[in-house]
Amino acid sequence: MLATAIIMFREVLEAALIIAIVLGASRGIRGRGRWVAGGVALGLLGASIVAILANVASSEFSGNGQAILNAAILLSAVAMLTWHNVWMSSNARQFSTDIKEVGSAVQSGQRPLAALMVITLVAVMREGSEAVLFLWAIATSGEQSLNMAMGGLGGVVAGVMAGLLLYLGLLRIPVRHFFSITSWLILLLAAGLAAQAAAFLNQVGLLPALGNGLWNTSNILSQTSLLGQLLHILVGYIARPSGIEVVFYVGTFLTILILMRMSGKKRSEQVKAAENPG
Amino acid sequence: MRISLLLPAFLAGAFAINSFALAADETPTVLTIRNGKFEPNQLTLPSGVKLKLVVRNLDAIPAEFESYDLSREVVVPGHGETAIYIGPMDPGSYQFFNDFNHEMQGSIVAKPGVKKEN
Repeated sequence: MLATAIIMFREVLEAALIIAIVLGASRGIRGRGRWVAGGVALGLLGASIVAILANVASSEFSGNGQAILNAAILLSAVAMLTWHNVWMSSNARQFSTDIKEVGSAVQSGQRPLAALMVITLVAVMREGSEAVLFLWAIATSGEQSLNMAMGGLGGVVAGVMAGLLLYLGLLRIPVRHFFSITSWLILLLAAGLAAQAAAFLNQVGLLPALGNGLWNTSNILSQTSLLGQLLHILVGYIARPSGIEVVFYVGTFLTILILMRMSGKKRSEQVKAAENPG
Repeated sequence: MRISLLLPAFLAGAFAINSFALAADETPTVLTIRNGKFEPNQLTLPSGVKLKLVVRNLDAIPAEFESYDLSREVVVPGHGETAIYIGPMDPGSYQFFNDFNHEMQGSIVAKPGVKKEN
């Protein structure tokens, strides 16, 4: 029962933490709750479809299909997180002064609400498909199914609680630092997801490894430990990364950072021009 | 005329694709899951080459072959199999486990110049 709880906890944790960060980062944007809830619902639907496909598809397809699907899912999340961050940095001026102004600011212009939904969908679908498969496995194994189901449920609740804690923690950050902290969190999250996508593409032979285990910090911080796991989810910590993972991590990090700086700069020039006409 | 120009290009392309595919050792190493255990639970494989690993699940329940050391993660359906690439590995030991059942663990030992077991 405890083993089941732990496995379900880990499956739910990643999605819960990602949603917590995204909810925090979109604080003040009207209607975000509906979009995020929609993302969760679609994600669960997608997860069930993926789980069924993974179980019926033939070997060659299932290995390649799974990895390519995972990589595509992860990369679309990276794209959406990038859009979110770039959008935020070009609108950051309104946000930093008063959180309530965000709502009205967001109503004009293109809002990253669709991005919120896609990120949520993707997070739930990816981890959810594994959770569905796992639950299906214990349900059909027949031994102590009820006991295991209780454990699984406990794991889900614990995972959601962890997400909630992170969200509440984020809300305690003073408003003037809030968006710079959440945008850094999203930047690191996106870089970590890009590195995971690279690993999936390497797994099916579509990308070279560029060296196996550039370094190994398993002895200092194992990825099996809870802290290692948390850091893996939040900032993409990999104890023994391959070259391609490092390339994707650094490449994504720098790309998003440069895009954010560019749009932030453009924004402040516009504001300056508006304040000092002529 | 046109065909005669295209043909060498086509052959070159086909050769390029083929040689890319052959870059990895295509004879797969098989890792079997039976009665909730990896068989064998220690694989000795050559370092420095890209390898194809087939994870074959003889049990009815699905498994997830996962390795932090190799950054690998793949679901293997019940009574099914899944193929992935690993490496080229540096010499050393790489742990793997079943993410759906953490009691199922094993390792790959990579050594220079060893012949594959199967």
